[in-house]
Amino acid sequence: MGTARLYASVAAGGFRRYATYRVATAAGVFTNTVFGLILAYIFIALWDTRPHLGGYDQAQALSYVWLSQALLMVVAVMGGGFEDELIERIRTGDIAIDLYRPADLQLWWLAQDMGRALFHLLGRGMVPLAFGALFFDLALPADPLTWLAFLVAVTLGVVVGFSIRFLVALSAFWLLDGVGVSQLTMIAGVFCSGMLLPLNVFPGTLGEVVRALPWSSLIQAPVDVLLGTADPLGTYAFQAAWALVLLTAGRLLQSAATRRVVVQGG
Amino acid sequence: MSGAPEWTAEPFPRQGPYERLCDGLRAYRLITAMWMRSTMAYRASFAMTALGNFAATALDFVAILLMFSQVDRIGGYGLPEVAFLYGVAGTAFGLADLALGSMDRLGRRVRDGTLDTLLVRPAPVLAQVAADRFALRRLGRIVQGLLVLGYALAVLDIQWTPLKVLLVPVMLLSGGVIFSAVFVAGAAFQFVAQDASEVQNSFTYGGSTLLQYPPTVFAKDMVRGVTFVLPLAFVNWLPALYVLGRPYPLDLPAWVAFTPPLVAALCCALAGIAWRAGLRAYRSTGS
Repeated sequence: MGTARLYASVAAGGFRRYATYRVATAAGVFTNTVFGLILAYIFIALWDTRPHLGGYDQAQALSYVWLSQALLMVVAVMGGGFEDELIERIRTGDIAIDLYRPADLQLWWLAQDMGRALFHLLGRGMVPLAFGALFFDLALPADPLTWLAFLVAVTLGVVVGFSIRFLVALSAFWLLDGVGVSQLTMIAGVFCSGMLLPLNVFPGTLGEVVRALPWSSLIQAPVDVLLGTADPLGTYAFQAAWALVLLTAGRLLQSAATRRVVVQGG
Repeated sequence: MSGAPEWTAEPFPRQGPYERLCDGLRAYRLITAMWMRSTMAYRASFAMTALGNFAATALDFVAILLMFSQVDRIGGYGLPEVAFLYGVAGTAFGLADLALGSMDRLGRRVRDGTLDTLLVRPAPVLAQVAADRFALRRLGRIVQGLLVLGYALAVLDIQWTPLKVLLVPVMLLSGGVIFSAVFVAGAAFQFVAQDASEVQNSFTYGGSTLLQYPPTVFAKDMVRGVTFVLPLAFVNWLPALYVLGRPYPLDLPAWVAFTPPLVAALCCALAGIAWRAGLRAYRSTGS
């Protein structure tokens, strides 16, 4: 019970920390809305030429645009959450202090990241989605259960997103500089999460590959659950499997890394 | 500092705008040269980040290619024409990003107070902020834009006239200047907003994304907005559609295609005014 309370307060801290940046949040909402607008018109042009592209009708495609803008920061497709800080702590050696703490490194950062994700869902997700719903014809469900199912998929997406970024951060134990790996992960995240274009639209084998990769848990999976184009239980199983694999990998890497820690005195 | 350097004796000699410009360019050149030397100290790292920059920007063209694997036309335009729009917008934005891409750090400098160190140095603040952390890796974006433009020019069937040939480099340069003005104006806004660099991103990155697609895709009001309010349409849409022999969705005379240099000059003047107003309004955090 004590540990549960510890991680809950870490999560609350993560939430509060991001909630401090009100102007930045407003600016981010503005940006997500502008990009949503641009993408919405591009998608209208696409779906005008090819109705039912990727199995979506136009309203579903437009919903996809605004939902992906709403989720972009929640699941941290482009990175920019805790991992920069963790990499910095590894580089400077401050990580040694963290390892002394009576809390697990992976769980600590996971809790913090969940708090961050919740803030971004409320702070940066809702307004662009509401804007999209107001000015475009979206196919959002009225059934609260579907929204609940969506939130479960979003939560799993956040965990998968976290576990990818945790691995990225731990690579700094070996590389010391996280820039290259972060950049590669950002490229993979943008391309394979469905941020640019729904993964259903990717042709042939490429489409099958990107849909099988963990990044499809971030955007494509939750959106499909909300739009009713994917079976929720199957989606959860897919996301949970990736979360389990990646978290386990993170755990193994963490214990390998802590054996490497060199504490510099001074 | 022992022995006062000469410049402290006469801190800010009266200068005309021409001298100030030369001063600024000189400071910019010196600072960027310093950053380039420091980048080149780690050549492998530079090569990797430049490649990463190239790959990251290539993604949106990959998205366009994926779209064209499913449709023949977007907004009535074929792939070569969209590639032409993309190439011009991408290169012009790349030029501005290379020259002034560091300006979005201004908000952070205002917040943490490090802007003050730039204010006391005897060089124009704009040049210092622009050249700060000059990142040569941003060449990746320009190279990517030029490659797509090269592809477009190779496959497009254009009735070339001397005017059209001339218009292509003019477009790239004045487009770069227009985007640069947006960078400066965005930075000026950050003096006030401090924590709002993302607003700037939506006009720079968002603007270049918008211009990568034909204007027929977007709502008339959006097209009007980027023509008459934030004149991004002069970066590529107006001149490029003239080269392609396509009508502009708004009723504008044909000679408008040749106005980008004028619009670029006007944008610079306005951005300069905004920058001065921002700098005057600046209050140090005192930390």
